[in-house]
Amino acid sequence: MSALAEMTTRPAAAARFTSWRLLMNNRLAAAGFFLLLAIAFVILLVPLLPLPDPDATAPANRLKPVATAGHLLGTDQLGRDILSRLLWGTRVSLALGFTATLIAAAIGSTIGIVAGYAGGRADNLMMRAIDMLMAFPYMLLALAIVAALGPGLLNALYAIAIVNIPFFARNVRGATMGLAHAEFIDAARLSGKGQLSTVLTEVLPNVLPVIVITISTTAGWMILETAGLSFLGLGAQPPQADLGSMLGEGRAQLFTAPHVSIVPGATIFLIVISLNLLGDGIRDVLDPRLRSGTLARPGPMTAIAKARLAPANPAPDAALSIEGLETGFGGGDSFTPAVNGVSLQLKRGECLGIVGESGSGKSVTALSIMGLVASPPALIRNGAIYLHGEDVLSMSEEKLRSCRGARVAYVFQDPLMSLHPLLPVGRQVEEAIAAHQPIGASERRERAIALLEKVGLPDARERAAQFPHQFSGGQRQRVGIAIALANDPDIIIADEPTTALDVTVQAHILDLLRQLQRERGMALLFITHDFGVVSELCDRVAVMKDGEIVETGETRRVLSNPQHAYTKRLIACVPELGTGADFLDRVSGLFAAHQREGTA
Amino acid sequence: MSAAAIEINDVTKVFGGGHTLLGRSRHAVTAINQVSLEVGRGETLAVVGESGSGKSTLARMLVGLEEPTSGTLRIGGRDAAELRRAGARAFGKMIQYVFQDPIASLNPRKTIGQILDTPLKLLCGYDGAERQNRVAELLDAVQMPGDTLRRYPHEFSGGQAQRIAIARALAAEAEIFVLDEPVSALDVSVQAQILLLLRDLKRHFGLSYLFISHDLAVVEAIADRIAVMYRGETVEIGPAARLFADPQHAYTKRLIASAPRIRKE
Repeated sequence: MSALAEMTTRPAAAARFTSWRLLMNNRLAAAGFFLLLAIAFVILLVPLLPLPDPDATAPANRLKPVATAGHLLGTDQLGRDILSRLLWGTRVSLALGFTATLIAAAIGSTIGIVAGYAGGRADNLMMRAIDMLMAFPYMLLALAIVAALGPGLLNALYAIAIVNIPFFARNVRGATMGLAHAEFIDAARLSGKGQLSTVLTEVLPNVLPVIVITISTTAGWMILETAGLSFLGLGAQPPQADLGSMLGEGRAQLFTAPHVSIVPGATIFLIVISLNLLGDGIRDVLDPRLRSGTLARPGPMTAIAKARLAPANPAPDAALSIEGLETGFGGGDSFTPAVNGVSLQLKRGECLGIVGESGSGKSVTALSIMGLVASPPALIRNGAIYLHGEDVLSMSEEKLRSCRGARVAYVFQDPLMSLHPLLPVGRQVEEAIAAHQPIGASERRERAIALLEKVGLPDARERAAQFPHQFSGGQRQRVGIAIALANDPDIIIADEPTTALDVTVQAHILDLLRQLQRERGMALLFITHDFGVVSELCDRVAVMKDGEIVETGETRRVLSNPQHAYTKRLIACVPELGTGADFLDRVSGLFAAHQREGTA
Repeated sequence: MSAAAIEINDVTKVFGGGHTLLGRSRHAVTAINQVSLEVGRGETLAVVGESGSGKSTLARMLVGLEEPTSGTLRIGGRDAAELRRAGARAFGKMIQYVFQDPIASLNPRKTIGQILDTPLKLLCGYDGAERQNRVAELLDAVQMPGDTLRRYPHEFSGGQAQRIAIARALAAEAEIFVLDEPVSALDVSVQAQILLLLRDLKRHFGLSYLFISHDLAVVEAIADRIAVMYRGETVEIGPAARLFADPQHAYTKRLIASAPRIRKE
């Protein structure tokens, strides 16, 4: 089966329990969860507990303090048992809050999904209606609705539900819009699914996490709102108890018998805080952006193991010399190497290509040179990187920063991602100059324009004031190259700089790089997956596979007479112009032979 | 069945245009301008062009995801507008689409078994036992192991996911495939395997391909005829061998000259 080397099996089952485990790892969320569980357990048992009638008044026993015999939490202004009223009242408040949440979630999510999926006029109409709901302060709108419908528990529930519909509609619409044009939605329609079935079986499961997150973060707020309405006498009507009305009735005795209002107040506090803690925990677990650790800020440079082995520099003349580099992800036992003992030399004025398939470790190698692999989770475990004979990995943070851009500069694959979208390109080149050269503003500006002219941007002076989105892909990459050239570096590291470009544009960018390199005598480390590009540009080439260099040598020699089996196979897989249909016969023989070896 | 697999007559597609609610006219972009093409039964026609040339818009119109502004499309001898009126099922039985990004074309929350089951149930109307047999045959056809069915899309590499996406297209039992850059997101060795698979499937099931790509070398390896698109128009159409040996249009010449080549001794 090794012909299908792409088929790697990953343990599948392990991934499915992690959400629960992640939630429980968050101590605050776990505390909120168990507190809520305890409250739910108690109020479910209320009808079975030996409690006095919550509505039975006993004026003789009014305002008894906490821990009176027969009344654990005392009695209120009409002599009713506070514990009994509290438990029955919590039942009412929670039931009301959660029902309102579910109603708001159901209606709001439906509006959101329909608006996001249908788009156009329907979306416009529905969202403007939602905007109108949002234009009123929530509590005021809820009050107006109850005033119109008349006070009572059920009407309070409707009011709270309506007021919270916009939260769900807006969140869910946002998530749905991202999905409505996803390829798998198109694919489902081509598989014969109708609109309704596509929405229910393809879109809904993917927006469900958003709905759950919104429920968990708004439920606490809704319980507060119901309590608020009851507090104002618009929710539960006497003698029925709920947390808000107990608080409202106890307010008059706040100074003579504070426990009457403090007990329901503290209960509201406990319920809402446990819901909020749990809600935050759920959001952290389900939100993919938080999960991938975007919030964990990476350090200024890649972490380097203290016990690092640093081999001596075998080529003191080279512009760059990497020895035994081992970079990986995770620490301790879970360390997974991405680059495993890579050694290479880049001579002055030379162009070295690193070529390999995805996951071969070529980009991690390139980023390790200036300590740019994000840590955590990255770690350089072993090796040394000599820049003109000086080990980069033993430099101080400040020293390293002075090298970045000034001695070694990078050109990245997608200039739309690496350029700042809100700054004019001229300013971005100026920033790069200002980082290393203390010169005046007008001189800096002139130099930036000269650089943009140098990289072949037409009308550089006028276009310097434009933003990245106003340029074509090829022009943006020229700006990226101008930024790299800003401080006259000795080495440029280009990571797939032409992969996102059309072939005719790619040809121009390669011409530009070749010309600049020759003119300025820079060394160029060129990372690519394309043997054709290597052949056009590079003096030497290193072939990487699974974090190791399997073969290195003069480009022509490696391409015409590859030594390593992997290089041979890789080159044979590259379709060439002029081969025509013979190409498939050739690879067909290759894979058949490979399969035979594999099974033999 | 003498009719061509795909006939495109004078098709134009304009995005935007029209008026807003307030009566202001919207900016209009012509993505496809009076394109006419024909794909014969059992033929592979490649459409090459750079980004923005309109090749993906053409593909989306062919499978009914977009409607042409003017002109007619005939698929397997039937009018596309009529097929669209007959519903998604009639369309899906005639023509299928393979996307560029295989992982994005598979719903992340469904198992491969559920994904493959949908076209078999909705388009072919097979019962449970029949569907199980067909799924096994399909996995065999795209050379994937049987335990694939219980797993989720993110558990597969790009090449494997593309095999699964091809199996889903095969499941519809359509004989016409639109392949939109099916190998450009893949590594070269995987790309070669997928191209090989596509060639074998075509022979085995008698399929017709409209193969969209920006990579001339890939196109030359798989296509019988090639259409070159530039800014929404076809500038040159011809047999693969002729087009590469003797390009007529200036843009085709430039495209061929720009392609990076491996220079050997």
